[in-house]
Amino acid sequence: MLFISQLLNGLQLGSIYALVALGYSMVYGIIMLLNFAHGDIIMIGGYIALFSIASGVHPALAVVMAIVGCMLLAMLIEKAAYKPLRSAPRISLLITAIGVSMLLQNVAQLLFGAGARSFPSSSIINAQNLSFGGIQISITAIVTIIVTIISMLVLTFLVQKTKMGKAMRAVSEDLGAAQLMGINVNHVVSFTFAVGAALAGIGAILYCCRYPLVSPTMGSLLGLKAFVAAVLGGIGSIPGAMVGGLAIGLAEVLVTAVGLSAWTDGVVFAILIIVLTFRPTGFFGRSMMEKV
Amino acid sequence: MSKMVPVKQSYSIVPERDYHKSPILEAHHLGIDFGGLTAVDDFNIAIGRTEICGLIGPNGAGKTTVFNLLTKVYQPTRGTILLDGMDTSGFNTVKANQAGIARTFQNIRLFKNLTVLDNVLIGLHNDINCSIPKALLRTPSYWKAEKAAKTKALDLLSIFDMQDLANAEAGSLPYGAQRRLEIVRALATNPKLLLLDEPAAGMNPSETAELMENIRKIRDTFQIAIMLIEHDMNLVMGICEGIAVLSYGKIIAKGTPAEITSNPAVIEAYLGKKEG
Repeated sequence: MLFISQLLNGLQLGSIYALVALGYSMVYGIIMLLNFAHGDIIMIGGYIALFSIASGVHPALAVVMAIVGCMLLAMLIEKAAYKPLRSAPRISLLITAIGVSMLLQNVAQLLFGAGARSFPSSSIINAQNLSFGGIQISITAIVTIIVTIISMLVLTFLVQKTKMGKAMRAVSEDLGAAQLMGINVNHVVSFTFAVGAALAGIGAILYCCRYPLVSPTMGSLLGLKAFVAAVLGGIGSIPGAMVGGLAIGLAEVLVTAVGLSAWTDGVVFAILIIVLTFRPTGFFGRSMMEKV
Repeated sequence: MSKMVPVKQSYSIVPERDYHKSPILEAHHLGIDFGGLTAVDDFNIAIGRTEICGLIGPNGAGKTTVFNLLTKVYQPTRGTILLDGMDTSGFNTVKANQAGIARTFQNIRLFKNLTVLDNVLIGLHNDINCSIPKALLRTPSYWKAEKAAKTKALDLLSIFDMQDLANAEAGSLPYGAQRRLEIVRALATNPKLLLLDEPAAGMNPSETAELMENIRKIRDTFQIAIMLIEHDMNLVMGICEGIAVLSYGKIIAKGTPAEITSNPAVIEAYLGKKEG
């Protein structure tokens, strides 16, 4: 009984991690950048949804605005901060990403205040928990899982079947050869950031429905855990990010269920250390070979 | 606007049927330095519209560097490149490809985790016009464009009898087939000039003979110019109408295969100077 509700709980959390992890993995796959500002884009998405609902916008429209806002912000960050460094050493990109993350957090503090605000989650998903003979089933969890599955199906179609998806896979395999085949890498990179941010926007709404609080630093821990999920699945791999996200979510809930809730974050980062020590390529990662 | 530039007789490797047409590619005094090292210097060439032209020379002579200059992987330090009469200075690799130069690579650079078909479809990228919303909504125009692209890709694969391998992963193909797929992928970008970097490397004699037939067939079918770097002299002498020999970054001889084989400078570059 308890097991089923905990399983659902874990899948809900894992789905959110997976959505966010996809953004890390896709961007890394294309330009080898660990985009540490990705988590803070979620925070901005949360604030956009919060303020639009508070100012009387229809919740469905608010969700769309949050997702589009995340996409535009990510594309702007890419153009302003990362594109000028395309040929710079990768460490410069990484440091820039950390800088962008700090900038977003502090600008949010300046504009919205340091305190957390409560998120009107009931206006987005408003339903009682179902109970079947003692099992409590959260509608929010069911909705989260279904939305995640749909998002991933759309993403898979986008990457596998469309022209842009093929260009993305080509660029992630060999940027130089892709350019020589006439692929405009700037478009592909912009598109990748936009898709990653759209998933982050969806993740932001779902996360706020589970933990209805929005604060300037809410993205940093969520982002870090999603990063661990991406590494666990094999960074750069899309199915890896999905599986890694679910695994981290389930692990966290499991740790809480056995009564060690103070240890959840510790366990997640222990997983990171173990993966990096024993299997740095994760579940599905490609081993890095020097290009001759 | 392409200006007509008469083919200079002094280049002498333009086949007769192209004499009255402007060349597809001209390089004037092309050169590049890496730091203090001059890799290519004073490289002059004109290639006819339907010519098969060979670029040969000892290892390290700068042949691949010339390809990298023509495709804008490197920007030249000196000189100009005219493609179909159009000055390509300031182009990047994407623009050079769109202007009509496609290439293969000495060390194969296929998209190995993609299928054979997808590799070719990526080459056709410039031709397919379909936006993401259309693709997601699967509008009729999306299906039409996809189907047309797929048919074209299979047509191109059939040049090398590879249409049955369309759904195989590119990285799983045998070496020779990977080289052939690279040629198909380059052809898919609809080039006017196709650059082949050691197309026969690692092939056995019967595969090489087949490749020669196919290179000729590609030229005849698509009416394009082909420039190739190759160490297999049977292939070079067998299909090239004109040959340029590069040594230490400079062209030391240009001419027909017969002229090249009897040229003392070429023999010296390959075999060294006669003693005494």
